[in-house]
Amino acid sequence: MESAETTRARFAMVIDLDRCNGCGACATACAVENNVPPARPSANERTGLTWQRVYRASNGRQFPENRSVYFPVSCQQCEHPPCVSVCPQNAVDVSPETGVVSQIPVRCLGCRYCMTACPYHARYFNWFDPKWPDGMETTLNPDVSVRMRGVVEKCNFCHSRWQAAKAKAAAAGKRDLDPADYVPACVEACPEKAIVFGNLDDPRSGVAKSAKSANAFRLLEKLGTEPKVFYRSDRAWVRRLADADVAVQEKEATRG
Amino acid sequence: MPNRGWMTFVVGLGSALALGWVAFPRLQYRTIEQPLQFSHKVHTSEAVGMTCEDCHSLGDDGRFTGLPSMATCEPCHTEPQGQTAEEKRFVDEYVAKGREIEWLVYARQPENVYFSHAPHVGLAGIACARCHGPHGGTDRLRPYQENRLSSYSRDIWGPSPTRLRRAEWQGMKMTDCSSCHDAHGVRQSCLTCHK
Repeated sequence: MESAETTRARFAMVIDLDRCNGCGACATACAVENNVPPARPSANERTGLTWQRVYRASNGRQFPENRSVYFPVSCQQCEHPPCVSVCPQNAVDVSPETGVVSQIPVRCLGCRYCMTACPYHARYFNWFDPKWPDGMETTLNPDVSVRMRGVVEKCNFCHSRWQAAKAKAAAAGKRDLDPADYVPACVEACPEKAIVFGNLDDPRSGVAKSAKSANAFRLLEKLGTEPKVFYRSDRAWVRRLADADVAVQEKEATRG
Repeated sequence: MPNRGWMTFVVGLGSALALGWVAFPRLQYRTIEQPLQFSHKVHTSEAVGMTCEDCHSLGDDGRFTGLPSMATCEPCHTEPQGQTAEEKRFVDEYVAKGREIEWLVYARQPENVYFSHAPHVGLAGIACARCHGPHGGTDRLRPYQENRLSSYSRDIWGPSPTRLRRAEWQGMKMTDCSSCHDAHGVRQSCLTCHK
């Protein structure tokens, strides 16, 4: 039998902060796609689940010079993820096929070490069993497993869509998927088309070009985590925020 | 009386092992009969001449249809084709009433497992029997065995509690998937098979 070796890809996204208007459609689409339950009435900063979260930051000036910017922040899919080395359970690894950082809930023991290690606050802990309003369970996505209480979860670039795209390619006798078949829910939902998604290793892809452009940057680049989520803005003060701790900025209350 | 001490030890060890290796595996599984009997042998025989793919097919988008619905059975079975009581029951209770059969799926994986037939059957050319065994030639559906603790099918672990001397197709555990992947040089990570 021939070897089923697949081409390596590094999926990445570039978010144009000059286009983002902070509507939160990405966060909502993400929650629906990935079976993230609606927040409990008692949910707060610590206990809510939001794989994709929109943070608001401002330039700190008084009106009329005041300007805002919105940062949609999900798992940054680091090349050197701090969450992988700390996991005592091997529940986190980097996929060599996609470059996506995984989180396997059934393997997770809930120690939350990875949450402490993640500088982007992109990991969330299930403090409770998920609960959907009556009848809403029928709208769950069968391609994404539902997590129980006591485990950590996070964005995985809508991995089930990658799996579906791979299966579709395989049915057509191909090993490599069609880029048009693999688009994460947040990218699809953005009404401003602010997010470009694709394979960073493919020099012809929009994401590879955009990530190399002059005004592209990554969050907390000084840490050397090499995220695969890029941001871009033509405004210098926005770019300077990248090395600030976004978590201490004012937050937009967008919970799934 | 050192002999008595030894005997107590041997009897204790023996009963503990018997409990662990014989009694527990029996208690662990609940046996349920399928709602209807079905003969794969009749359908795949030369007289009928069907293949696995006639009922268990792969869609264009790579999704596997799994078990056939009544729409697949109905064209031939509006009237009984043979003499068996089970077929008559099938026609009367299911076809005539338009009901689907609630089969118990031997090979159903836990909910967090992703598996697609498309790369395995399509690209790698693996035969159905490699993982499902000689199921296509059986005359009866064996009873379904469900693990009382996990509610998984017994086929996931395989029939032998020790997993020794098992046939290649017996067992669908994670190690069964990953050892075959390793042997064929498939680059894999958690997300290859988990969702």
